[in-house]
Amino acid sequence: MEYLNHYVIVVIFVALGILLPVIALTAGRWLRPHKPTEMKKTTYESGNDPVGVGQVRFNIRYYVFALMFVIFDVETIFLYPWAVAYKQLGLFVLLEMLIFVLLLLVGLVYAWKKRVLTWNSH
Amino acid sequence: MNELIQQTFTWQNGLIFLGWGIVFLFIVLGFVTYAIYFERKVIGWMQYRHGPTRLGPFGMFQTIADIFKLLIKEDTIPKKADRALFILAPVIAYVPAFAVLATIPYTSTLGFADLNVGLLYYAALSSISTIGIVLAGWASNNKYSLLGGMRSAAQMISYEIPLVLSVVGIIMMNGSLSLRTIVEGQGSNFWEWNLFPQIVGFMVFVIAAVSELNRTPFDLPEAESELVAGYHVEYSGFRFAFFMLAEYVYVFAISALTTVLFLGGWHPPLAALDVIPGLLWFVLKFSFCVFFLFWLRATLPRIRVDQLMSLGWKVLLPIALANIFVTAVCLEIFSK
Repeated sequence: MEYLNHYVIVVIFVALGILLPVIALTAGRWLRPHKPTEMKKTTYESGNDPVGVGQVRFNIRYYVFALMFVIFDVETIFLYPWAVAYKQLGLFVLLEMLIFVLLLLVGLVYAWKKRVLTWNSH
Repeated sequence: MNELIQQTFTWQNGLIFLGWGIVFLFIVLGFVTYAIYFERKVIGWMQYRHGPTRLGPFGMFQTIADIFKLLIKEDTIPKKADRALFILAPVIAYVPAFAVLATIPYTSTLGFADLNVGLLYYAALSSISTIGIVLAGWASNNKYSLLGGMRSAAQMISYEIPLVLSVVGIIMMNGSLSLRTIVEGQGSNFWEWNLFPQIVGFMVFVIAAVSELNRTPFDLPEAESELVAGYHVEYSGFRFAFFMLAEYVYVFAISALTTVLFLGGWHPPLAALDVIPGLLWFVLKFSFCVFFLFWLRATLPRIRVDQLMSLGWKVLLPIALANIFVTAVCLEIFSK
């Protein structure tokens, strides 16, 4: 039951984290001026009138990095509990984890060979 | 505080925790204010300038004036922006930055929540900030912000992997994710800290941490020369301030985490120096980490975006993985 306290503190921290922006931005509303004009509300584009849409298509490369991130982040999730229990489990799980990581490393080597990791314009 | 945590939960205790949380919030805000002042001063001195000198003795009130200025600036939201997401983004970036501080132990008695998943909690929450940044870039409906936000996200997710993998060695040595247990596993002499057995992990951790903070030499998201300011181009006033605040609260969090994981937390560097209270040692090591980040900013140029991605995936990730298995084999050989 005492364990509850630790999570109460976490909840308090999250709540304080949310409250600060809410209070600061609400209090700021009374302090700051509010005189919107059409020009002020245009999108910034180095002083020119914005051309086309803002949410443009961007490099597909970002998507590949996101995919690789997901793969390796899942690996991390497996590695953490493994690392906690490692001292009790010993050599056998070391080999098992080695096989698992090698499988993922094949993916990394593949991406490397496909030049996914090299950042160039084409 | 510690005794209260041991007791069963009552609403009265909850209020006391809340009170301490608020006190801590103000400590963090004070830290951020003076970290910014100190950063400008230190970089000024390193570049043969004075830094801020005008406001108050040695310019000490400069940052307070800056914060006040941001507070009374008009808050403009572009017409084309996605209003709800635009307002939400700085909050999403800031909240996890403060929430991760809940689990950091400061001395053997001082500290907030001692979670048994402390390190995982830190890693999980700190990655939520990336969402805030992508959201800011997208919701602004501006080409610069979109590219800046995408670039930021790519960088932060690329370096998060080595960051979380570099600490696996420490978890294995301690058999726990609790940050308090990790500090207690280190000794009162500097050679008993995790720094030396995990020196490779430490180096990967520092490089990845600097990149996670988006600080020099990895401050590409800011890229004022090409993307004007990156993901926060359209933000003004206090909404912009919350992105800055999140960045500096992360400076606090990462410095504290480095101290806890690698530099022995509240332990003195030599057992003979045990007379000096643990909190002081913690603050000294913590301040050094903060200073180190400022020092880097004054020293190193920014790296290119192609170098950035190669370094993360081709160098840091394999090293971090190798470190895990070397640690595992060493534990197998020496601890049996």
